[in-house]
Amino acid sequence: MIIIKGKSVFKAIAIGKLAFYKRGKQQIKRYHIDSVQDEIKRFQKARDSAVSELKKLYDKALKEVGEASALIFEIHQMMLLDDDYNESIENIIKTQNINAEFAIGTTSDNFSQMFASMEDSYMRERAHDIKDISDRVLNKLLGVEFDFINSKEPVIIAADDLAPSETVQLDKSKVLGFITLYGSSNSHTAILARSMNIASVINANGILNDSYAGKMTIIDGFTGNIYIEPDDATLSRLSAKKALEEEKIRLLENYKGKPNITIDGKKIEIYANIGNISDMAAVLKNDAGGIGLFRSEFIYLESKTYPTENEQFSIYKTAAENMAGKKTIIRTLDIGADKKINYFNLPHEENPALGYRAIRICLTRPEIFKTQLRAIFRASAFGNISIMFPMITSLCEIQKIKEIVKEVQNELETENIPFNKNTELGIMIETPAAALISDILAKEVDFFSIGTNDLTQYTLAMDRQNQKLEEFLNPYHTSILRLIKLVCDNGHKNGIWVGICGELGSDLNLTETLLSIGIDELSVSPPNILPLRKKVIETDISKIENKIF
Amino acid sequence: MEQIKYVIKDNAGIHARPAGLLVKLAKEFESSITIEKDGKTADARKILAVMSLGAKKDDEITVKIDGNDAESAANKIKEFLENNL
Repeated sequence: MIIIKGKSVFKAIAIGKLAFYKRGKQQIKRYHIDSVQDEIKRFQKARDSAVSELKKLYDKALKEVGEASALIFEIHQMMLLDDDYNESIENIIKTQNINAEFAIGTTSDNFSQMFASMEDSYMRERAHDIKDISDRVLNKLLGVEFDFINSKEPVIIAADDLAPSETVQLDKSKVLGFITLYGSSNSHTAILARSMNIASVINANGILNDSYAGKMTIIDGFTGNIYIEPDDATLSRLSAKKALEEEKIRLLENYKGKPNITIDGKKIEIYANIGNISDMAAVLKNDAGGIGLFRSEFIYLESKTYPTENEQFSIYKTAAENMAGKKTIIRTLDIGADKKINYFNLPHEENPALGYRAIRICLTRPEIFKTQLRAIFRASAFGNISIMFPMITSLCEIQKIKEIVKEVQNELETENIPFNKNTELGIMIETPAAALISDILAKEVDFFSIGTNDLTQYTLAMDRQNQKLEEFLNPYHTSILRLIKLVCDNGHKNGIWVGICGELGSDLNLTETLLSIGIDELSVSPPNILPLRKKVIETDISKIENKIF
Repeated sequence: MEQIKYVIKDNAGIHARPAGLLVKLAKEFESSITIEKDGKTADARKILAVMSLGAKKDDEITVKIDGNDAESAANKIKEFLENNL
C-alpha cells in the first residue's frame, strides 16, 4: 500500500481504478517498415477510429452544450479526412518507407507551420487544431488509450491539472474522483469536483507515477490521503465510511421541497451557482430556489470564436424555461484573469487579476457586450431572468452599463422583439471599492450579490491561485465580514436585497454569522443546497451572539 | 461554368466554422468547386485548403463551379456566402 498526501477540496470518498489523463506528448520514433501497404492500412485504421471517436464526442456535445459548441468536433473529423492531409501522410510512408507515426508527425508539423505563419491571429491558432487531430491518431497508434467514452468502468482520474476545455470532453458518469498534482482549492478541477459532488485531492505530490495506472485506489476526501493498492483494513474502513456518507446524503433528501425558513421565521433564498447549461439537471435535482449565478463565460470558453446572439439566446432561453418562473440570474461575461479565451486576443498581463477583465472588457468592446445583452433580454421573455454585472468599482461604470442596456432595449423595441422591460439589474460586489461605496451604488441597481472569492483576494491582497499563500489566507478575516456587513446594511437601507455567491456562502461554519448580518440570499453549487437548507432550518437568528465586530 | 465573386463581410473571415460548413455544402454536389483568393486556388471540398486561403473581412473571393449541377450549386453557395460570410 502506498499513501500519498494531498489537500482535499471536497469531502467525499472515492474507490476505484486509477487512470491518468495524458495529453498527446508522445515520443515519436522513426523506423523503416517492411510493407508500405500494411503501414498505410495501419494508419487508416487508426484514423478511422479517431474519426469515430470524434463522432461520439460530437453527439455528446450536441446533447450537452448544443450544436454551436459541438461543431468543432465535426470540423476535426473533416480535417482528419482532408485529402491533402491524408495524401501527405501516405506519400511520406510510401516514398520514405517509414512508419505511420513519423509520417503523421511530419505532416502535422508541416500543416501547423503553414497555419502558424499566417497573418491572421485567429488562423495562427488553428495550428493547435492540426496538432490536436494528429495527436488523436497518434494516441490510437501508440496505444495511449485514454478514452473515457470507451472505458467500461468509472475511474479515478489523475492529471497535472485539467483545463476547462479538457473537462468539457470528460464523460462525467465515468469519473469517480479527481487527483491533481497542481491546482488550488479554486482551480477549475476543484470547482468541477464540488459541483459534481465527488472526491477530489489537489497538490498530490508523487501521484503521476506511471506504475500506478490501473491500480485500485482510494481517495479519502476527509483527510486528503490517497491510497494506492490499499490493504484490506484500509479498504474496509473507508468502504464503511463511504457507505455512512452516502446514507447522510440520502437523509438530506428529506429536505427537498421544504422552505428555507429559520426557527425564528426569516425566509432565506437558496439559489444555485452554475458554470454550464449541463449543470441544470443538478440544479433541479437539488431543489434550488433559483439560479443565483449563471457563469455565462462557459459559452465563450467552449466556442472557437465569438458566440453569436442566437447561440447565446437559445442557451439563456433553455435555462430560463427549465427554471419555470424561478429567478435565473445571468452574470455577463467575466473573462480575463484566470479565464483566458484565445480569440479575444488579450495581451499578456503581469498582473491579470488587477487587469483588463470582466466588465472592463465589455465596456471597451461594446459590440461583444451588446450581443450578449441582446441575447439575454430576448430570453427574458421566456422566464424570470435577472442580469448581474461583474467587477464593478465605480458609479460611472453602472451609468455606462445602463446606457448600453437602454440602447439594446430600444433596438429590440424598434425590431418588435419581445423582452421583459422590468428585468432586474444587479451588480456583483467583489472589489473593496464597490463595497465601500455600496450606499451610492445601491441607489442605481435592484440587487447586490457579493462575490466573496474575489472580494477576499482583493481585500487581503492575496492571489487566490497562489498555492504558497493558502496558509496565510484566512477566509473568515474580520475585514471581509465587516465589508459584507457594510454592503448588506447599505443595500437594506436602500430597499434592495443582498446575496452572496462566493465560496463563503456554502461554508456551514459561517451560515449563522451571515444570517445574523442580514444576508437575504445564498447562492451555492448544487450539491451544497440541501446541507445549507438543513442548516438554515435549524438556525435561530435571534439567539446568535454577534461575535465578529 | 458558374462563377461567383463575393466580398467577405464577416469580421472573422473564413474561419473554422464557416469553412467546415462550406466544405459540407460543397460535398453535396457533383460539380468541381474551387475558391480563389489573390491567385491562390483551393478545392472547396478540402477544409485545410479552404482555411489556408486566409480569407479575411473585405477580401474578395471567386468561386468557380463546373459540372452537371453547377447551377443549383451556385445558388446554394451564393445563399451560404450571404448568410454566413
